[in-house]
Amino acid sequence: MSKEEYRIVKGQVMVPYELALGRTWSEFYDYLKEEKIMGKKCGKCSRVLVPPRSFCPRCFEDMDEWVEVSQEGVVETWVYVNMPFFAQEIKIPFISAQIRLDGSDTGFIHQVAGIDLSDFDSVRETVKLGGRVKAVWSKEKKGNILDIAYFEPVK
Amino acid sequence: MAKEYRTIRNDVALPYQWALGKTWPRFFDGLKEEKIRGTKCADCGRVYVPARTFCPVCFTDMTQWVDVKPEGKIVTWTLVREKYYGQVKEPPYVVALIKLDGADCGFSHFIGGFDLSDAKQVRQKLKTGAKVKAVWSPEKKADIHDIVCFAPVK
Amino acid sequence: MGKAVAIIGTGQTKHGRRSDVCYPDLVKEAVSAALMDAGITLKDIDGVVLGTMPSMMEGVSSTHFYFAEAMGAVGKPVMKVETCGSTGQSIGHCGFFWVASGMADIVLVVGSEKMSEGDGQATMTTVFDPFFQRTFAAGAPGVFTMQSMEWMYRFKIPEEKGREAAAMISVSNHDNAMDNPYAHIRTRVTMDDVKNARVITYPVRLLDVCPASDGACAVVFASERTAKKICKKPAWIKGLGFRGEEFFYGESDKAIWMSATEAAKEAYQQAGIRNPMKQLDVAELYNPFTYQEMIFYECFGFCPRGEAPDYVLKGAFKKGGQLPCCPSGGTLCTNPIGATGLIRLAEAALQVTGKAGARQVEGAKLALSHAMGGVDQFNAVTILGSKL
Repeated sequence: MSKEEYRIVKGQVMVPYELALGRTWSEFYDYLKEEKIMGKKCGKCSRVLVPPRSFCPRCFEDMDEWVEVSQEGVVETWVYVNMPFFAQEIKIPFISAQIRLDGSDTGFIHQVAGIDLSDFDSVRETVKLGGRVKAVWSKEKKGNILDIAYFEPVK
Repeated sequence: MAKEYRTIRNDVALPYQWALGKTWPRFFDGLKEEKIRGTKCADCGRVYVPARTFCPVCFTDMTQWVDVKPEGKIVTWTLVREKYYGQVKEPPYVVALIKLDGADCGFSHFIGGFDLSDAKQVRQKLKTGAKVKAVWSPEKKADIHDIVCFAPVK
Repeated sequence: MGKAVAIIGTGQTKHGRRSDVCYPDLVKEAVSAALMDAGITLKDIDGVVLGTMPSMMEGVSSTHFYFAEAMGAVGKPVMKVETCGSTGQSIGHCGFFWVASGMADIVLVVGSEKMSEGDGQATMTTVFDPFFQRTFAAGAPGVFTMQSMEWMYRFKIPEEKGREAAAMISVSNHDNAMDNPYAHIRTRVTMDDVKNARVITYPVRLLDVCPASDGACAVVFASERTAKKICKKPAWIKGLGFRGEEFFYGESDKAIWMSATEAAKEAYQQAGIRNPMKQLDVAELYNPFTYQEMIFYECFGFCPRGEAPDYVLKGAFKKGGQLPCCPSGGTLCTNPIGATGLIRLAEAALQVTGKAGARQVEGAKLALSHAMGGVDQFNAVTILGSKL
């Protein structure tokens, strides 16, 4: 069979969503507007979860207690992303990281920025596993996760 | 608490490149020549339109091509007046299953060529079992829209 | 474990970029091959299980309806199961459950993906929660690389050593794929090729990452009575385990990875395996990323925590080593995701029945197959043996 018989049809599927944040997450984003990072504490196991959850996934108990956690934390792991894909939200290269905020018991996923990302060798010198980072706030708050613009290494 | 429980808008758009394989290009090329092509099963004798690679009943590969008539009878139909996101056509429009003469299965397409604004009038015009005929697009792109719709035969 | 169940036939497509076929025809290619291998026809099948990745991978939702004809599922009970990357193993488990319960005698299990038709990473990113984590997700490479970084840091594995071992895994998988006529990537690579390849998600480079493949796999499961009657060499299911973790990335410890560890433990217990390194003859792991393969070695008890790179550098998991892993070339050389876990199972079945051709591990009697899925969330293990 000749090549042109392997025909390809290009298409796109677009589907719109309106996703409910629910009570806990609505409140979390209200706090972000005030530049506060809030977690929820489990009355049973005492873990503080950020992002907060309405119930503790391990104890299956409702969590009612809000606790403010630090805006600083430790980089538990990170990745330098240099791979583009369709409708990517952040331009590459960027750094995705798991950050343990002081006072919380879970890793928080965000980006590390505020440093020159073009040269990988210098990035490697600046971003370290176990290194400390600090939240940098967006001036304009939109009620989404990028109200924290990014985390930057603490000098 | 009188607080508003918020929502966020989150549209998902994904791009695709679908492979037509070895059978469907020949079907679509047929449309360009205003021919509707099916494949015939050597085991059970059924003719499938659109053409398939294998007979879904006998599971055998089909290699025999047959042209069916660009006309047939309405098996069932409905008048669509509901709107939804990403809809292929602005309502009102009629979708139908048509048994083309010479085929052994239904073929999905639009029925049109007349005023669809009044449901009652549409109902009077369209009857199950009524004859319809393909209306060809003057511009052919080798896809299913090379047939604009099927129109009732007077 | 329910009644005894055997695999009596397997079929795979030639994997790769398959623009020559539309999706249902690709599925049929695997189904026809499996029926032929089992020596049965569609009439003999009591039920069909299908698995693919998240439905929008190829832009057609509910693929089990799309493939009804291609799987011969018309007029039969059919179900779909999807657990992301571990789908292929999950559907194998469902095939087992169906026959082991006594509700069916012969069940056809089909896994497939046509990765070339969509944007795999864009689709995969929709697996993440939309409120907190999706923004920072970089598809599969992003999350699996984060896990590997965490693991190296935890066990104080020097970056150089991790790099060397990962490169060796890439080289040996590529070598193995040369023996597999179904494999997608069939080229040899050198250590330098791997270490100098383009960075995808640091430290993971292009040759540390699986390809996006089109492919399908079908496996026929049968009851003990039927297997003994119609199959000369059945592969018997000796044990299976599946575990999941929390959805939010950052909540569970991915360097230790409970789901992988516990899924293997459960399967070992059923199969009577106490020393996997000694008792297993071959393993087909789900290794889309070289670094991650080492975490599996540790979770599955092939070596102590933090020591996988040492074992790799000694050649323990290479062909002819203590426990050959992925003689098929693995996921690293072929990854039609919904099919991949089932391909692991099919390859394990071929190994214990002596039908693996050039990639046969001589005398293999007990094999482990595995798949991992979600945001590092699911792990599934199935043990196959040559004897009931």
